[in-house]
Amino acid sequence: MTPTNSIPPSRAAAAPAPADWRDLFALTKPRVMSLVIFTGLCGMLAAPVGIHPVLGFTAILCIAMGAGGAAALNQWWEADLDAGMKRTANRPLPQGRLDRTTARDFAGVLCAASVFLMGFAISWLAAAILAISIVYYAVVYTIWLKPRTPQNIVIGGGAGAFPPLIGWIAATGHITPMPVVLFAIIFFWTPPHFWALALFVKTDYAKVGIPMMPVVAGERATRRQILIYAILLLPLSALPWWLPGDEHAGAIYGVCALLLSGVFLALSIRVGLRTRTGDDDAMKPEKQLFAYSVLYLFALFAALVVDRYIPL
Amino acid sequence: MTKSPKNALKEPRTFEEIRRSRNRVLALSLAGFVILVFFISIAKMG
Repeated sequence: MTPTNSIPPSRAAAAPAPADWRDLFALTKPRVMSLVIFTGLCGMLAAPVGIHPVLGFTAILCIAMGAGGAAALNQWWEADLDAGMKRTANRPLPQGRLDRTTARDFAGVLCAASVFLMGFAISWLAAAILAISIVYYAVVYTIWLKPRTPQNIVIGGGAGAFPPLIGWIAATGHITPMPVVLFAIIFFWTPPHFWALALFVKTDYAKVGIPMMPVVAGERATRRQILIYAILLLPLSALPWWLPGDEHAGAIYGVCALLLSGVFLALSIRVGLRTRTGDDDAMKPEKQLFAYSVLYLFALFAALVVDRYIPL
Repeated sequence: MTKSPKNALKEPRTFEEIRRSRNRVLALSLAGFVILVFFISIAKMG
């Protein structure tokens, strides 16, 4: 028996396939979002004042929705570029599993809902910073910087640095030096993290004409810049330990930051001073640096929260 | 050859299945939003 609410075969064939929620979810770049949620949560938990659990959950939900919406806008804009790159060719838009209008509308609803919910439930300052982070990623980075300059990820990296700042503001209601330092840590972490990836997917970027650093300035210059940012990151990561006033981090964070950044620097030196052996080079040190950079950020922010609740 | 359960999962889903699962997720999201707004109101009053 045919269900009464089913579409007749002739109409079903003519109608476009509806968007699967899994594809809509994939548009939000869930893996990137997990790092955004984590750093936002750590920014909130590291703040010197507590927040009501429901409001804290709402703030993190808004950060996740905002990040997901910005990621969906990025994929909507770059659907053609994604189709030309091996790493991104399986995304829903290049695969034709979603139409672009649905992706754009979904992204718009997520972004708007995240900002308004943050404003009404938490604070309009946090909502304003969230809105800035969405515009920064979707417009400044994706549309303006990425196709134009090899410094795209340096300036655009700021977009990913906002979550701990937003988390902190959600808890305290204002901006102090500590969340700005947390912003700076992610800002300086982004170039070596992303360039390590760009080194081993260089041909993909070259194919679609995105001027990533290894494509435009060459591998040697990229490796040197990775090293410079890793050197700068070492003292910067320890800065929350040395901040004056009540909100500075303790020894647990300080020691973890120096150890984690020391390993980051060691791996960066290996990448920075290396010359490729040929086109068949497996790029193992670059892949190791990329994998470690993700672990580094998780561990650094986890140390900040642990330190806040277990003061020495 | 008999299809393994793993392969069976990869069968293309019908229009109806996709629509039904998307409606279910939408309903759950809306219900979640209503519950969230309720608890936000309680938290704000407290």
